[in-house]
Amino acid sequence: MSEEILNVSSLKVNASEREILRGVDLKIGKGETHVLMGPNGAGKSTLGYALMGHPSYEVTSGRIGFMGEDLLDMTPDKRAKAGLFLSFQNPVEVPGVSLLDFLRTAYEQKGERISLLKFRKLVKEKMQILNMDESYLERSLNAGFSGGEKKKAEILQLLVLEPRLAILDETDSGLDVDAVKTVSVGVEHFQKETEGSLLIITHSTRILESLKVDKTHVMVAGKIVDNGGPELVEEINASGFEKYLKE
Amino acid sequence: MSDREKTFVDDIDRELYDFRFDSTDSYRLESGLTEEIVRQLSKEKNDPGWMLELRLKALDIYNKTKMVEWGPDISGLDMDKIDTYVRSNTTMKGKWSEVPEEIKETFERLGIPQAERESLAGVGAQYDSELVYHNIREDVKKLGVVYTDLESAMHGEYEQMIKDHFMKLVPPTDHKFAALHGAVWSGGSFVYVPKGVKVEIPLQSYFRLNAPGAGQFEHTLIILDEGADLHFIEGCSAPKYNVANLHAGCVELFVGKNAKLRYSTIENWSKNMYNLNTKRAICDEGGKIEWVSGSFGSHVSYLYPMSILNGKGSSCEFTGITFAGKGQNLDTGLKVVHNAPETSSVVSTRSISKSGGISTFRSAVTIMPAAKKSRSTVSCQSLMVDDISRSDTIPAMDIRTPDADVGHEATIGRISDDAVFYMMSRGISEEDARAMIVSGFAENVSKELPLEYAVEMNNLIRLEMKGSIG
Repeated sequence: MSEEILNVSSLKVNASEREILRGVDLKIGKGETHVLMGPNGAGKSTLGYALMGHPSYEVTSGRIGFMGEDLLDMTPDKRAKAGLFLSFQNPVEVPGVSLLDFLRTAYEQKGERISLLKFRKLVKEKMQILNMDESYLERSLNAGFSGGEKKKAEILQLLVLEPRLAILDETDSGLDVDAVKTVSVGVEHFQKETEGSLLIITHSTRILESLKVDKTHVMVAGKIVDNGGPELVEEINASGFEKYLKE
Repeated sequence: MSDREKTFVDDIDRELYDFRFDSTDSYRLESGLTEEIVRQLSKEKNDPGWMLELRLKALDIYNKTKMVEWGPDISGLDMDKIDTYVRSNTTMKGKWSEVPEEIKETFERLGIPQAERESLAGVGAQYDSELVYHNIREDVKKLGVVYTDLESAMHGEYEQMIKDHFMKLVPPTDHKFAALHGAVWSGGSFVYVPKGVKVEIPLQSYFRLNAPGAGQFEHTLIILDEGADLHFIEGCSAPKYNVANLHAGCVELFVGKNAKLRYSTIENWSKNMYNLNTKRAICDEGGKIEWVSGSFGSHVSYLYPMSILNGKGSSCEFTGITFAGKGQNLDTGLKVVHNAPETSSVVSTRSISKSGGISTFRSAVTIMPAAKKSRSTVSCQSLMVDDISRSDTIPAMDIRTPDADVGHEATIGRISDDAVFYMMSRGISEEDARAMIVSGFAENVSKELPLEYAVEMNNLIRLEMKGSIG
């Protein structure tokens, strides 16, 4: 394996006092793309939230190492600054805060001040990749955005912030064919232009068609029950999760 | 504005800014507000006879009127020592060392230069701003616009106009503090915009903060003739500190036929202040009044700008925000009277309460029988930043014709944890995330303000949100 970015070991997580993750182990190396699949309610999104540090998800045991640091000691903003990114399944609407202001504030958290003019230019380039109209920049963050627009805005943030590891939580769900295509073009761009790693949580395989996948993991009932290469995606695509559920 | 215009400095009438009541011992002899005090004030201000009469009449009403008995507690105002408020009104002197630390710190954070700080704190005079004020005056003068202090205008060609309008819209009988204002008012602005004149630059009373009495019993009288257009900005985001803690100003706005007036206020009184201000506008046919109002300061506020839509097709827009922090009880809102057909009012307000602050939105919309085919929409949104703060909404509607369209909508909410988490997941600290969400909530007002004021307001919100966690 190449340089280790993420090392999750024996992770147990409670939500609303119920155990959702029951001992998860996962390692992701630099530049690798991992796919996490599994039936509804398996705990895939919980893993994403727990990694990012959502206060409603309580880590009861286990460790999360991220680039040699212990993530569990960090608040979500510190985790983001360390290079972690989570693309939300349902991005929150924030009225009155423009997408541009939000992006720039987030960008400057990396410790780099940038002039508005320069930043606009940078963002516009990324928007072109996603086929996004510039007018979105002046709109309130996610407010009144359609499902597809919200997901595009998430990928735009991914491209602007260039994290070391991005978790994409069901970024393809609820999108039409064209929107999935656009989103995967954005993700592909991230793969190729940065050395960032990816953990793609998904139900379907559409988003994966044009992406290079290194490893696939299957999660059932709060545990990772199978690991494989890209061929595992095909397998699940053909026969579903049935064989895991029977076990 | 070019540098050479600064030569106008010699032309400034210094008399207006002279403090002549440095020795205040004579005032200490009696407590309470006496006729003698009012007479002497009038004499010092060189009032015309009719003004002295008005003052005495108002004093009489003041003495006969009961104290306000609804709304937030104002028992902290010692009315037996009302003379002290009046006295400091005329001297406004204090020491920089006596200005509260929190105010000094806010000046620091807002990046206000020292000279200006002293001026805003009422302990120093700032000649630069007078100069700017003077230059603006020269600019608009070319358009035939009158923009001056009320005291000197009373002695010029506009005396009759002032006499015809002064405290006609807000009579001293309105309430006890309107009567007090009538008796002891001092300082303020007079603006007259002639027929058809559109003033491109906003006039800003900020430049007059320094005048004696500004920020205490100041009177603003604005008259727009037919088809005129003006934007007037009152106040600024810097905290204004006064040695005395009562503000009972009065604003009277006369909007002529098809004229349009925008009146913007960003107010940040020091947190010891009782802000009992009265503002009122009246619109002729097709006239429009737009209020943009931000209330951040004071210990207690009673503030309900009133719009009287008196001519057919006249309209009012009200956009406001109130931010009540620790120890603040801000009772703000508005009144609208629809008194002619086809009038409309659109109200959008936000209130924020934090650290135990109390924010109350109070509105009164009256649709008179004559106001057929009128429309009114009131929307107020409240945001509570924590569990110990309070937010109330008290809307009143009095509709006397069936032929009107009236709507009211109110929401009260909290900062969503998910929104905070979302922003934090992008590297933004919890404090900054909360401040951004609150600033976004206040966008209805900030987008209506000139850019520099909007930036100031956002800075102010950031400051108020500091240390809001935990």
